[in-house]
Amino acid sequence: MEGMYAFSVGLLTACGVFLTLRGRSFSVVVGLTLLSYAVNLFLFASGRLKLNAAAVLGESEHYGDPLPQALVLTAIVIGFAMTAFAVILAMRARADLGNDHVDGQIPQPKSSLSQKTGGAK
Amino acid sequence: MNSLIWLPFLPLLGTLVPLFSARLSRTACAFMTAALPAITLLLILSHAGDIFSGERFFSSLPWVPAIGLELAFRLDGLSLLFSILILGIGLLVILYARYYLSAQDSIGKFYAYLILFMFAMLGVVLSDNLIQLWFFWELTSISSFLLISFWGHKADARKGARMALTVTGAGGLALLAGLLLLGHTVGSYSLQTVLDSGDLIKASASYPVITVLVLLGAFTKSAQFPFHFWLPNAMAAPTPVSAYLHSATMVKAGIFLMARFYPALADTDLWFLLVSLTGLATFLTGAYVALFQHDLKGLLANSTISHLGLITLLLGMGTDLAAVAAIFHIINHAIFKASLFMAAGIIDHESGSRDMRQLNGLWKYMPFTATLAMVAASSMAGVPLLNGFLSKEMFFTETLHQASIGSLSWMIPVLATLGGVFSVAYSMRFIHDVFFNGEPINLPKTPHEPPRYMRVPVEILVALCLLVGIFPTLVVGDLLYSAATAVLNGEVPHYSLAIWHGFTYPLLMSGIAMVGGLIIYTNRHHFFKFQAQFPVSDPKLVFESIIQSLAHKAQKFITLTENGSLQRYIFFALLLAISMTAVPLLQLNTTAGLRPEIPIDAISVTSVALLCIAGVATVIWHRRRLISLLMLSVVGLIVSLAFAKFSAPDLALTQLSVEVVTVILLILALFFLPQKTPKESSPRRVVRDLGLAAFVGGTVGTICYALMTRPLDTISTFFLENSKTGGGGTNVVNVILVDFRGFDTLGEITVLGIAALGIYKLIARMRLYMPSSDGKGRAWSEDKYPLLLAVISQSLLPLALLVSAYIFLRGHNMPGGGFIAGLITSVAIIQQYIAHGVNWIKQRLKLDYQIMIGSGISIATLSGLGSWVFGHPFLTSWFDYFYLPVIGKFELASAMIFDLGVFLTVVGATMLILANLGQLTTSERATQKEHD
Repeated sequence: MEGMYAFSVGLLTACGVFLTLRGRSFSVVVGLTLLSYAVNLFLFASGRLKLNAAAVLGESEHYGDPLPQALVLTAIVIGFAMTAFAVILAMRARADLGNDHVDGQIPQPKSSLSQKTGGAK
Repeated sequence: MNSLIWLPFLPLLGTLVPLFSARLSRTACAFMTAALPAITLLLILSHAGDIFSGERFFSSLPWVPAIGLELAFRLDGLSLLFSILILGIGLLVILYARYYLSAQDSIGKFYAYLILFMFAMLGVVLSDNLIQLWFFWELTSISSFLLISFWGHKADARKGARMALTVTGAGGLALLAGLLLLGHTVGSYSLQTVLDSGDLIKASASYPVITVLVLLGAFTKSAQFPFHFWLPNAMAAPTPVSAYLHSATMVKAGIFLMARFYPALADTDLWFLLVSLTGLATFLTGAYVALFQHDLKGLLANSTISHLGLITLLLGMGTDLAAVAAIFHIINHAIFKASLFMAAGIIDHESGSRDMRQLNGLWKYMPFTATLAMVAASSMAGVPLLNGFLSKEMFFTETLHQASIGSLSWMIPVLATLGGVFSVAYSMRFIHDVFFNGEPINLPKTPHEPPRYMRVPVEILVALCLLVGIFPTLVVGDLLYSAATAVLNGEVPHYSLAIWHGFTYPLLMSGIAMVGGLIIYTNRHHFFKFQAQFPVSDPKLVFESIIQSLAHKAQKFITLTENGSLQRYIFFALLLAISMTAVPLLQLNTTAGLRPEIPIDAISVTSVALLCIAGVATVIWHRRRLISLLMLSVVGLIVSLAFAKFSAPDLALTQLSVEVVTVILLILALFFLPQKTPKESSPRRVVRDLGLAAFVGGTVGTICYALMTRPLDTISTFFLENSKTGGGGTNVVNVILVDFRGFDTLGEITVLGIAALGIYKLIARMRLYMPSSDGKGRAWSEDKYPLLLAVISQSLLPLALLVSAYIFLRGHNMPGGGFIAGLITSVAIIQQYIAHGVNWIKQRLKLDYQIMIGSGISIATLSGLGSWVFGHPFLTSWFDYFYLPVIGKFELASAMIFDLGVFLTVVGATMLILANLGQLTTSERATQKEHD
């Protein structure tokens, strides 16, 4: 199970990183969201995986580590605030600059050959 | 003796005086400004008797004792000597400047800078802590920058000040490094401890580095070769500044530093070699160059360099008597050089020129000033019966008794005599060229004597030249002896300050210097001709071009690394971070640890497969944004399921509700953003990014796996054991949030509130255009809100709020709490917005979300402050059990009030973001007024 869990964390990280490296703000926001899932899962895993061990006293015989859970709980909420801030910033940038490229301007293609692929609408 | 702490701070207080008194008459301003330094001087002098009898005073105010930070002052012989010079000459300069500055110059500003500088210098000489000493050291650089650039409208002044600041500031950085290393080696930043552990320092491996760094600081400040070029350029300052900075204070700070650390650092071959050779080179260059200056102040500046070199050379000779001679020359040089600068200022002020090719025969016009200047210049040349003669004689004696450079040591007395020859020559030039040598040529004004009191400071200083020269023991004997005791940190050898020692070699050397100087001066035209063959090189131009080329290179480097592309920055930041993370992994022998793994079941496999497919699909369809978003929400749901499976119900609930809010938010945002992403990444870039993504993901996954398969050593046992007894709740996660780590949570909700307010301000004045059609060109539907949704959601609202209240109340003991309840409430309200539209809600639900955030954070803070009332630390919680007839036993805890604050902040923040964004989609946009 731990292997599968770790694989998922790695995959989500990879997907997040790839999207974060894209040139349009929305993709970056989606990438950041994926990355925060991965980070939350990673932090949570530092308390080790346990089944039927909720950290509620008297509900089970042994308890999972409550500390990473508390940290991740606030991380989820703050993560939401961050995603919200990033996406609103992206909207504002588009409103003020007229495009949604992360650099605020659409890079000019280097040669005429690549003009077909690059460019704004 | 706590009054010591106030000594340097009295002048600091004094910086305010001129600013307030400047609107009074200039004389009043000058006197009021002088009051505080005069009091300080008297206070310091009141200790003089005790210090002469061998006492030292220390006082300190601890700040962070653990890392050696304190406010510590000391007053010993050396500090006393320098304090008297700084304050005494400072007072004379104040008087002098009152007449020197013209009506256009702001005298208040000038005095304020001057006193600030005085404060900094006093701090340097009185400090008993290395860091503190460095702080004042830097303050002298900054305040001298202000003084040198006082006439900021002149390009010369600006450039000269910048150069002085750059050179001395760079030296200051070296000094900081040296002092930190010194403190580290000794284990204390207390100056006295450092001075007492000289042997330890010299034996340590870092001694050479410390010495070089500290000396760099001293050499740059004291204008030692090859850093001497800034001093002549600092002559663009008003003359009172030059008289002060370049005689007694600023440039003497470097000398002070060497004298101060003499017990700790001197007495090694490295010190002798570095200090004596630098001193010698400076002494000779300064003396030689001074002869060829046409500017009066230029001559004096180079002569200052030369004399500073002389003192440095003395400090580097390694005999105790040489150190005594150095201190003696510090006093003498300060006295005669200050008076000479002031005389030069008078000449400039009353004749309009400082050029010795124009200034001739001034004797006729200003005989008093001429006499004073001639006495001072003779002292500079080392004429008997004047103070300069005595210390120069001691200098010559010491050059004969040293062995700094082995068998080549005989060269030092010869070169010293040569320097003496040039000193006499340029002093001759100062006297003869200016006051005799025919008639003035094309002077802007007819020269005349200065105002009576402008001459007073010069008279006092020249009188001192004579007094020290004729009765040395009586006038400065005690001062010199106690300063020498401080520098040598122990026994002072026997020395004699007599004027006449009989026919000795030093007297012969003086004689040679006199005669040689006369010969050179009379044949100066040959030297001028010879010197004229060299191309003129202006150190200012060289310096500026070096600075500019540095700036140019820095600019090139910046354009290379910062090309404005966010993608590139993220790429390199991630690459660096992950490379540093991956390196330690190479040393890990096996990935898997010893902890047994949980067996795999079918549901888990299905979930992981779904998660992976959704994750990859988010990436693959990332250019079709809506689909990508849907896939993203699948990932979020499975993540919350994972939390539920692995025993974290609170997390599962939080993740689920955040997921709902996030997706609604992103869909709303997508409405205003392009629906599709154009394909613009080159295949090369895609491959590059995929590579990095795989590398990062692989590393993170590996760490995660390695972590999970190793046994856990946790601090959480404490939380589990004390949750019920100490926090009064069985849901340990919630108790950690609102009780054990309540301060963290308070910080988190504050951040949440700030983020929401930031978003609110971003949305304000956003000029968005609403798309008229979707991505495929279909027009938006004009339908009203669906009735079915409206009815269901409206009837669901009370239920949802009830659930929220339930979740909130049980949070302390069962999964739930303020965060989750807040999110559930937000989702319930958002549903009303979706079903009815913003306008409909606005009329019925009058909630001010900003006030909600504010009151949430306030309630949480107040609940923490409440524990102060009962004499407990911030955020101490309280709980107890009560009985009511129908309900039965129930618990009340102060942590619930805190959780209420969390609840309100979460609802307020979430709704502030979403409601404001949603409002943009309607015609009812927030008006400008609402946002201001």
